[in-house]
Amino acid sequence: MSSGTEAETGGRQRLWSPVRVSGAVSRLAAAGALIVIFVVLSFVAPSFLTADNLFNLGSQTSVKAVMAVGVTLVIITGGIDLSVGSVAALSGVVGVLLMAEHGLNPLLGVLGGLAVGATAGLVNGLLVSRVGLPPFIATLGMLSVARGVVLITTGAVAVFGAPDSFRVLGQGVLGPVPVPVLLIVFVALAGHVILTRTRLGRYAYVLGSNPEAARLSGVAVSRHITAVYVLSGMFAGLGGMIAASRINSGQPNFGEGLELDVIAAVVIGGASLFGGRGTILGSLIGAFLVAVIRNGAVQLGIGTFYQNVLIGLIIWLAVWWDRYQRRKFNNEETG
Amino acid sequence: MGEFAQVGESEVEPLARLTEVSKRFPGVNAVTEVSLDIFGGEVHVFAGENGAGKSTLMKILAQVDRPTSGRVEVAGAPVTHRGPAEARRLGVAMVHQEFALAPDLTVAENLFIGQEPGGFGWIRRGRERALARELLRRVGLGVRETRAVRSLSTAEQQRVEIAKALAVDARLLILDEPTASLTERESRELFTVLGELTAQGMAVCYISHRLDEIFAIGDRVTVLRDGSVVTTVPVGGMDESALVRSMVGREVDDLYPRTFREPGPVRLEARGLERPGALRHAGLTVRAGEIVGLAGLVGAGRTELARSVFGAEPATAGSIRLDGRPVRIRRPRDAIAAGIGYLTESRKSDGLALQLGVDVNITLGRLPMRGGLIDLRGQRRVAEHYRESLGIRVPRVDRAVSLLSGGNQQKVVLARILRTGAEVLLFDEPGRGMDVAAKSEMFQQLDQLAAEGRAIVLISSYLPELMNMCDRILVLRAGRVVGELEREEYSEQRIVALATGAGGEHEQRD
Repeated sequence: MSSGTEAETGGRQRLWSPVRVSGAVSRLAAAGALIVIFVVLSFVAPSFLTADNLFNLGSQTSVKAVMAVGVTLVIITGGIDLSVGSVAALSGVVGVLLMAEHGLNPLLGVLGGLAVGATAGLVNGLLVSRVGLPPFIATLGMLSVARGVVLITTGAVAVFGAPDSFRVLGQGVLGPVPVPVLLIVFVALAGHVILTRTRLGRYAYVLGSNPEAARLSGVAVSRHITAVYVLSGMFAGLGGMIAASRINSGQPNFGEGLELDVIAAVVIGGASLFGGRGTILGSLIGAFLVAVIRNGAVQLGIGTFYQNVLIGLIIWLAVWWDRYQRRKFNNEETG
Repeated sequence: MGEFAQVGESEVEPLARLTEVSKRFPGVNAVTEVSLDIFGGEVHVFAGENGAGKSTLMKILAQVDRPTSGRVEVAGAPVTHRGPAEARRLGVAMVHQEFALAPDLTVAENLFIGQEPGGFGWIRRGRERALARELLRRVGLGVRETRAVRSLSTAEQQRVEIAKALAVDARLLILDEPTASLTERESRELFTVLGELTAQGMAVCYISHRLDEIFAIGDRVTVLRDGSVVTTVPVGGMDESALVRSMVGREVDDLYPRTFREPGPVRLEARGLERPGALRHAGLTVRAGEIVGLAGLVGAGRTELARSVFGAEPATAGSIRLDGRPVRIRRPRDAIAAGIGYLTESRKSDGLALQLGVDVNITLGRLPMRGGLIDLRGQRRVAEHYRESLGIRVPRVDRAVSLLSGGNQQKVVLARILRTGAEVLLFDEPGRGMDVAAKSEMFQQLDQLAAEGRAIVLISSYLPELMNMCDRILVLRAGRVVGELEREEYSEQRIVALATGAGGEHEQRD
């Protein structure tokens, strides 16, 4: 053991994360897989590595990526949010209705959609932190309730009639860059700052690592747990609004099963379902890996059914690899 | 137990024999060329500092680990190290500090996991229960075999673990610091049981840090240092200071470095604290510069008193004053804001976020903020500061806390608490799991904290710790403070008498 005076850590110490993100990401199988698939696809399918296709890919990924940011926060606390798909549908429908039937301008309509998502998240959060329901149950209930409310409100019929300017959110471009891609960047940066530089993010890691230590350290546990679900609901709402804008309508059936893809992205990205571990960058890589596989499969003419099998295999592989690397890493550390 | 230790080297066949056993982990020689014999009927104590290789050696014996080189024989047959099932067949059983019990299953079910009586996948439950009752009798445990293990105390669960060893006809029982979480009385009961087992010819290997119990139950002691055997001698052939010297490799002049001073004004005053089932009109006062000890059996209300002062489980009635001002404490946050700090009994389960860094844990109670965001440079500075001042031995402050030794983990918790500006410190069993040197260092720090004018409450089940470190000792029983002893009144008998209610008590002056 060193005396602690030597400057062995020097200036190279990474200051941007409480859990040494860079080390975690470099161990991610997902990052390597993403690069390999990218390279292979660009050779095999000439249309893959074109600006058009890549921006298209970014736009396709945007809904899942934005939602994955919120779910990452929840999973780091050791929770889960199964309701994001339903909540996205609810937000999309309500947002479009606000614009179509109540004449709200698109900005307010989108904010309305976010508010709906945040409200659903608030209910999730209170059920978990105050009522004491397990996160799985609280959000499973919300999955059903939110979907039911959408179907009741719309009579299971898609809603249309948002002003044309609403399309900007999901279909617009700024120069060559699609707006949804910019939204990914913006939301990911926000999520990263929240996780690494705010109390909420710090407490999310601690709550996921050891909730009792957090409580005894004076952390306001309920408030921060609730906040995490509110953010997850809000990001789900944003995802729903982007989707609504892309298809120019509020679809009551949108997002069925979407929560599983989002959770898959987060887990492939290295987050632990037991809490305490996870990064935004990892989750983004996870989301893109899933999207690239689907996109590339289309380019190669591989059907959806096979894509599903492939994604399942990747979940297994990514988590196995992560555990394997971690064990090796820990042995080196303690050895 | 000494009379069973007829260890005449040549005539008796050893039960287990280690020959030049070594175990290397990458970069570390955990155990180096250890040779020794273990005989039936003896309690063989393994002593040494943390990291001396005691646990590694025992895991090799229990065949949890495989040696890098060397030979292990049990009852004259070489051991193949095919894992715990093989060890069980050879009659070797180990009770780890973390029990391997299924808490929701009954005692009887736990005793026979993996070898349930019956056949063809069926379990003969009546037979299982009858066998269980017999085993519980042998380990002197008076609980029903149908109780869920979760509902048992630590001491009782440990006894179930020992019964499990008997269930597989173990002839060599390995215990890793078995008294670490037991009270004095529970420890004595355990020693009685161990005495009976060795009388039946069983060999007990016993890892311990506690000098008193090495002399109380050991027949022979093997001292390990840096993975090698320093000496193996009959316990009678060694005195306490010689033992400490061979463990540490140098003189430890003072285990309990306490300087008593005239205490200052009252800092903490708790009165009439009530919590149904835990505390009945309990209270205490602690002055600046004072260390006040809380003695009592497990469940007597010592931890409960500390936790209610801290608001972890708030009292339903009663009052708390800090520096003369009444404070209302409903949760830990209130206590921290008022300047109270609590080091939990169990660092791992509720004191630390183990997978996160030393720096994150230290700053958890009060994050260094800058412009609304966490100041990561400030966080590192703070962590470096405490690494320096408390002597936390870690190469980098962003290293995960799980990689630190118990003593260093303790310092991380202490740093977190000091950073919140705590002036009243509640230490709950702070020495548990620490070796002699780490303990001595920690007590030094306790003395230093008191000298700086803080008020300190020390909970310990080990009376010499309390008697050497504390200005006063309060004894609790059944949620009440049943006695208060000044330094000149200290005696183990007196404290035990008060704690057990065996007459001679004098009520606390209120």
